[in-house]
Amino acid sequence: MEHLQAEMDALRNEMLEMYNLVLSQVERAQTALIDTNLSVIKEIGSNEKLVNAKELQIDSRCETILALFTPVAVDLRFVLSALKININLERIGDIADNIARTMSHTKPGFDQELLEKVNAKGAFTMLLEMYKSLLQAFEKEDTLLARDILIRDEAIDSITEEAITITEEYTRSKPDSIGQIVPLISIMKMLERIGDHLKNIAEEIIFYAEARVLKHSSPK
Amino acid sequence: MEGTILRTENLQISFGDNKVVKGINMEIAEKKVTAFMGPSGCGKTTILRAINRLHELTPEAKVEGKIFMHNEDVYEMEAMTLRRRVGMVFQRPNPFPTMSIAENVISGFILNGIKLKTQEKNEIIEDALKKVALWDEVKDYLKKKGTSLSGGQQQRLCLARAVAMKPEVILLDEPTSALDPLSTAKIEDLLYELKGNYTLVIVTHNMQQAARISDMTAFFYLGDLLEYDDTKKVFTNPKNEKTQNYITGRFG
Repeated sequence: MEHLQAEMDALRNEMLEMYNLVLSQVERAQTALIDTNLSVIKEIGSNEKLVNAKELQIDSRCETILALFTPVAVDLRFVLSALKININLERIGDIADNIARTMSHTKPGFDQELLEKVNAKGAFTMLLEMYKSLLQAFEKEDTLLARDILIRDEAIDSITEEAITITEEYTRSKPDSIGQIVPLISIMKMLERIGDHLKNIAEEIIFYAEARVLKHSSPK
Repeated sequence: MEGTILRTENLQISFGDNKVVKGINMEIAEKKVTAFMGPSGCGKTTILRAINRLHELTPEAKVEGKIFMHNEDVYEMEAMTLRRRVGMVFQRPNPFPTMSIAENVISGFILNGIKLKTQEKNEIIEDALKKVALWDEVKDYLKKKGTSLSGGQQQRLCLARAVAMKPEVILLDEPTSALDPLSTAKIEDLLYELKGNYTLVIVTHNMQQAARISDMTAFFYLGDLLEYDDTKKVFTNPKNEKTQNYITGRFG
């Protein structure tokens, strides 16, 4: 069915565009936070519209395929997982935008000492590596790579938990830093949520490729 | 509608006292696939057959209103000229049983007394069979009878027969209802390719087929045209409740 295959190929390409759009938003958010590059914040804001437009485009494509082609088996699983991956990618894009907004209200930025203590750079690096692995997992239908993401998300959760303890101690020693602590904790929580969304995407890739539902269960 | 090739004005068709089509006004776009769907008895095949004036072969049939092709009234054209410009493929594959595969392809020329040179004939046969993705399967057996082919191949042969006359429009009356799923898929792929060069109007009972291959879908009910729109709109958000009930399987 050439017509269906053309639609599925178009959906796959649109998904890859979405992955790459959101990846660049997360990379910009890293630059904004770690390098305190406030000019990047505006870029994130304007690109957020592109992410939203791409989300709608993918939703529409999925609707078309479901309505007109009644896909079954692997094609059905791909469309269902595309819908859910799309939502998760859009949320990651929102989080990158929220990080940018939080940064824009936290002038002149965060103390480098504080950022190092909470390992914000480490968290971002880890997330970007996970994201790029996930992109590869999607392109190659590599469920081993996808499963690896499920485990690596736990490291992000650990960093966030520790960050809260570290910031409490930091506030005691430097009470004037409270203006930075609150937004920083908020950003660390956002990074944790990015990890959760990446985990959701990994589960959907496994569902599509293996017809296995891993949601609400331990990684297998 | 931009790029209209066919247009009906208050088209009404009766068989004796039974009015089967009740006043249809519609435009059919050029080089698109338009699907006619609806429950049995809704008039979809009746309308299709009016386009190339097949009802003239039915004594008690009466056609009122107008049908235009490129703004020319089809009922004022010479019938055979119309039927060269508007080809038809029927539900049951019907290659001429006494003719070979090659002869079936050029039967339109043979039956109209149009003489062709050998080279011209061979070019038409090869071109038409290639257009319907049948050439590779039959090129070494062109002298075999058309009826020696499988059902799916016969239907493609019938399409080749239509395409050989270089029509502008091809009417298809449930062209895959007698075929197996694989042959159906091949015909559907073929129709998707053909629409680049021809206007296709297809009557189908298979809603999923209408959804898969058509650009525009017309839903008929008891002789009326209830809805006519982009296929995607009809299958995602039909305006008419009866259309919705039909495509969701609640009736029909």
